[in-house]
Amino acid sequence: MTILIDNKSYTVKAGKNLLEACLTLGLDLPYFCWHPAMGSVGACRQCAVKVFKDENDTKGRLVMSCMETVTEGLRLSIEDKTAKAFREQVIEWLMTNHPHDCPVCDEGGACHLQDMTVMTGHDYRRYNFKKRTYTNQYLGPLINHEMNRCIQCYRCVRYYRDYAGGDDLNVFAAHNHVYFGREKDGVLQSPFSGNLSEVCPTGVFTDKTLKEHYTRKWDLTMAPSVCNHCSVGCNTIAAERYGELRCMLNRYNGDVNGYFLCDRGRFGYEFVNSENRIKQALIRNRTNEAATEDEIMEHLQPLISVNKLVGIGSPRASLESNFALMQLVGKENFYQGISEDEAHLNRLVVEMLFSGCVHSASLKDIEQADAVLVMGEDIWNTAPMLALAVRQAVVKTAASQASQEIKIPVWLDSAIKELTQEEKGFLATLTVTTSPVDDIATHSWHAAPDDLARLGFAIASYLQPGKINNTNFSEELLNRAKTIGDALKKAKNPVVITGISCYNDNVIKAAFDVAVALSTSDRKTGFCCVMTECNSMGLAMMEAPSFSVANENIKTNGHATAVILENDIYKHVTSNLADEFFNSCDHVIALDALHNATTEKAQVLLPAATFADGDGTLVNNEGRAQRFFQVIPNTTSQVQESWRWLRKLQSLKLHTLNGHALHPDDLLREMEIALPQFKDIASVSLKHDFTIHGEKIPRAPHRYSGRTAILANKNVSEPKPFNDEDSPLSFTMEGYKGTPPSGVVPFFWSPGWNSVQSVNKYQDETNGALRGGNPGLLLFKEKIDNKDLFFNDVPESFVAAKDRWLLLPKLDALGSGELSSYSAALKTLSPQPFAIMSPGSLLALEAKEGDMLQIMDAGIVYGSLPVKADENLCDGVVLVTAGLRESIGMSWGARVQIGK
Amino acid sequence: MEQPLTKNIKAGQTLSLKEYEQAGGYAAVRKVLKNNAPQEVQQMVKDSGLKGRGGAGFSTGIKWSFVPMGDDARHPKYLICNADEMEPGTFKDRLLLEGNPHQLIEGMILAAYAIKADISYVFLRWAYRQAAEIMERSISEAYAAGYLGKNILGTGWNLEMYLHTGVGRYICGEETALLNALEGKRATPRAKPPFPQVSGLYGKPTIVNNVETLSCLPHIINNGAVWFKSLSASEDSGTKLYGVSGKVKRPGVWELPLGTTMREIIEEYAGGMANGYRLKGVLPGGASTDFLTEEHLDIKMDYTSVAAAGSRLGTGTMIVMDDATCPVGFVHNLQHFFAQESCGWCTPCREGLPWVEKILLGLEKGKGSTEDIELLQMHTQYLGPGNTYCALAPGAMEPLQSALKYFKDDFMAHIEKHKCPYGN
Repeated sequence: MTILIDNKSYTVKAGKNLLEACLTLGLDLPYFCWHPAMGSVGACRQCAVKVFKDENDTKGRLVMSCMETVTEGLRLSIEDKTAKAFREQVIEWLMTNHPHDCPVCDEGGACHLQDMTVMTGHDYRRYNFKKRTYTNQYLGPLINHEMNRCIQCYRCVRYYRDYAGGDDLNVFAAHNHVYFGREKDGVLQSPFSGNLSEVCPTGVFTDKTLKEHYTRKWDLTMAPSVCNHCSVGCNTIAAERYGELRCMLNRYNGDVNGYFLCDRGRFGYEFVNSENRIKQALIRNRTNEAATEDEIMEHLQPLISVNKLVGIGSPRASLESNFALMQLVGKENFYQGISEDEAHLNRLVVEMLFSGCVHSASLKDIEQADAVLVMGEDIWNTAPMLALAVRQAVVKTAASQASQEIKIPVWLDSAIKELTQEEKGFLATLTVTTSPVDDIATHSWHAAPDDLARLGFAIASYLQPGKINNTNFSEELLNRAKTIGDALKKAKNPVVITGISCYNDNVIKAAFDVAVALSTSDRKTGFCCVMTECNSMGLAMMEAPSFSVANENIKTNGHATAVILENDIYKHVTSNLADEFFNSCDHVIALDALHNATTEKAQVLLPAATFADGDGTLVNNEGRAQRFFQVIPNTTSQVQESWRWLRKLQSLKLHTLNGHALHPDDLLREMEIALPQFKDIASVSLKHDFTIHGEKIPRAPHRYSGRTAILANKNVSEPKPFNDEDSPLSFTMEGYKGTPPSGVVPFFWSPGWNSVQSVNKYQDETNGALRGGNPGLLLFKEKIDNKDLFFNDVPESFVAAKDRWLLLPKLDALGSGELSSYSAALKTLSPQPFAIMSPGSLLALEAKEGDMLQIMDAGIVYGSLPVKADENLCDGVVLVTAGLRESIGMSWGARVQIGK
Repeated sequence: MEQPLTKNIKAGQTLSLKEYEQAGGYAAVRKVLKNNAPQEVQQMVKDSGLKGRGGAGFSTGIKWSFVPMGDDARHPKYLICNADEMEPGTFKDRLLLEGNPHQLIEGMILAAYAIKADISYVFLRWAYRQAAEIMERSISEAYAAGYLGKNILGTGWNLEMYLHTGVGRYICGEETALLNALEGKRATPRAKPPFPQVSGLYGKPTIVNNVETLSCLPHIINNGAVWFKSLSASEDSGTKLYGVSGKVKRPGVWELPLGTTMREIIEEYAGGMANGYRLKGVLPGGASTDFLTEEHLDIKMDYTSVAAAGSRLGTGTMIVMDDATCPVGFVHNLQHFFAQESCGWCTPCREGLPWVEKILLGLEKGKGSTEDIELLQMHTQYLGPGNTYCALAPGAMEPLQSALKYFKDDFMAHIEKHKCPYGN
């Protein structure tokens, strides 16, 4: 429709509010309480504009632009004198109590309140009285609280409670003493609390980990990155100064994480700065273990030229590194560094998605689903952002129904909340035990994986009768299947979510069957399978055998040099299997970023880059390949990307030291040829030599300060900036000043918009795609009308057996993560290892809660763990914490023995 | 002169169910539940010209007409009596609550029937402890007599009624804040639209009416629209409970024809100013209405006439300011109240009112300047309707803007003398 803004005609989308319309048009209009993901509530009164009845109306009426819908022919004025004066006045009111402590505030220079203040023109405060003050609270190791700065926009509580479902942050008191905090001091309980630092328009809630090594935000060198801490692949901005990673910020991607990150993703970065980092190449068993690169090469030349090489790949290393390893050792000697059980499941998932029978659901698809089925996976703990997306799905489904019912727009948040009350869209959670996601579920059921699978097959059978042969379902199971099946059938965009953490292929097959059975021409069904690591999908797509096969191979053939890529084998397989492997190897070369049990076994240890000091590509569980870019310039240390090390070794092996520079996109082009399943993978990002008008895209904002002083204590002349030959990004503040292509946006900034709110200038429209398209390359395509793949193997019901306990992993939203567990703040929030069993199981073991239990499998004793009772867990199953720093590889999905 | 609402009320006494029935009570309920469809009741009330007595003066019949009727309407629907009488200077509903509770209950049943409500609440001011006991008892009596509960008077219609006592927030008088409070949420007003008629309590169709408004209903049903109109001395229908407080001889509340002049109310019913005091200004309808002065004494106290004089009828309960009271201190006292009662939701009210209060205190202490007058004037302009989220701050600005108009000299005297000329 057409509207007139300050007498100029514009075309805008129907259904939007005036604020969204203005921002989408690129106009500047200040706001505080409105948030694109949370809608309008009209509290701050900052976005006031004038609207006029018709061309004869000269007086007009002041309205809050976030609360009014666009109508055809609407006349509004942003520049109107009264509207401008009112907006300026709103800032003056807010400033009566704001402490003006910008010089000591973490948000200074990246503050929405500062930006809006400047935007309105307010510069002189006439308030001559005392300001009100508050006592701050201790909110845990992640978020700092400074209430005096609060401007009462209510965003924090709306985000924390309504959007993220938390209940321990609230608004207290009234009038000009409104207080946002907890009932009493204590750690914020939500695993999404970090987003408060971006939701807050000023410095009330700030990143406490940044405070530990604070730097001004404009002094950060930033690069587009991809989260390393689960398989979802949220887009992040990694930020560096003085060679240290300072913080992670959200990087908007309309198809993936939108505006938010989980706390594991936001705060897990500190492993990069960890004391446990490997910074020095080592040749072990000699007097001086530290080795120069030349020494390494000299030492390795005979090793890799003569010996047979066995490559152990990694689900957390980039595609480039895995591929470089494969090239070095030969395709036939390349193995996935994961257990056979996990590799089997990952292969299954790849097969399903390659079949094209189902649509691989993005986070955005999940957020917009109108019915969700979760089969087997504890998404809250294995992929927290998925749980947040599911929450949006059920809330938005209820909201859109209400919105249609009484014709109010969905962005009118408080009115929608009032109408929907506790109503939610359909969500069924069928999991091994309870999870916080159950709180918003319509239907929850907890059972052993085989029984979950049986229910899944029963649902698929109900949706498409005749496809499943087994009719041996109980009446109860059939009723449950009917209830869930009926709800799913009603949906237009259902999503089925499963995952590998049940270590049960039947669960995944059943979930897949439900998704296939649901897919019809008028029902777009999404399928999503959670995997374990950030590149589990990429590694699985390389179709290499598992670690167990590598071990058999090396045992049989002997005399091999193992090259272990960014992988702690002891976290993936049992220690006796790992020991057996290392004992069979003649030599072990390991590349990794952190010291671990595997790097201890290496005779040669090479320091590998993390996501922050290197480039690479990861494939998330959706099959979305995403490129991350180096942010820490590497000037002195030996740290380099594994793929670079490996390619050097390859040159050494082939005697082709031609000095030819190699770039990640070169590797991906080779990969396209070697592995056709990665067709087009080189187009995941721009070529390394891409420039705009001959200019690179600067990683540092033009406001970056002190560059001549940074190294002045060593040398007064400013060194030449580190040259990045691998990407279109430069390590300086010079370069292209316009909006970069969407995949290489190192930070969001726009004139007058210094905070993260500037993202609105990069979007097609509010909540839309980034201009130029959301980044990422989808490797799976749904093939319409191909529904050939369907599984039919219904397992028998689970039978609990004493002395044969089913061992399954229990992950923790904050504590789990091999890398993130080296972030100090997250480590303090991590639980100590423990086991969980049902009261019935404990009774059978004659044990009680708190007892120490020994878990044993095929003669290996996993050590003693305290046990907790969980009445929602079925008898015969034992859950053991997994992914914690202390956790070791266990035979997940196996039947184990338990002793006291 | 007819006084239908108060004729049966005796000072310090409460009409029991029996006494109320003997006086003709519940006849209206018996009449309409058997003979009239809900829409007919709505029409009768619309025809009577009854306007809300809570302060806004909106037509009750029209308000009801926005409630979705018909079989596909969402249920339960709610009827709520706003008995959170918190406006400073207002004590008229208390008389009706304590004196004739069944008249209110009957009115609520009639209103509930008119919109086909299923559940009703009395939202009572926290401090009205005696009224709480009386309402509790009277609601039980009405249940026992079959006027409430299931299958009322054998008609098959059900209505539940509950008493809810607030915790003492002025903002709960704002109908949408009242709804939030009733739901157990923070007493913050809601954005309109959607209006409570469509999405009210728990998101369901809801009507909120004032005690006095509801108490009029049995009489309108019993005696008809024409009679109700005839009670009035103005274009607006019915009688009105007028109150007077301040330094008058006999402060109190009286039921009089709508449109009785201010002079008549103050001089005849309230007995005029107490000895030694002269009238300086009047807030005609509670603390959130504009000052009127001696020159306005002859205006009729009806919705249109008071508006024409630049104020609002509001609740119809006048606060009289005498000549020995400092207008600056008087207004400061009011602003202190409003600033404290701001819910804290929207910026202008939350931040503006405390600033106004501090400026006024500064002036009263002799520390003011002419710039302060400009700041006060700025606030009266920017805290106007539409700029804030609800009507609290605009209401707060009414006495301030009129005080600046009528008592400017007093403000200036504080600045020039660096002290309060009234000795405060």
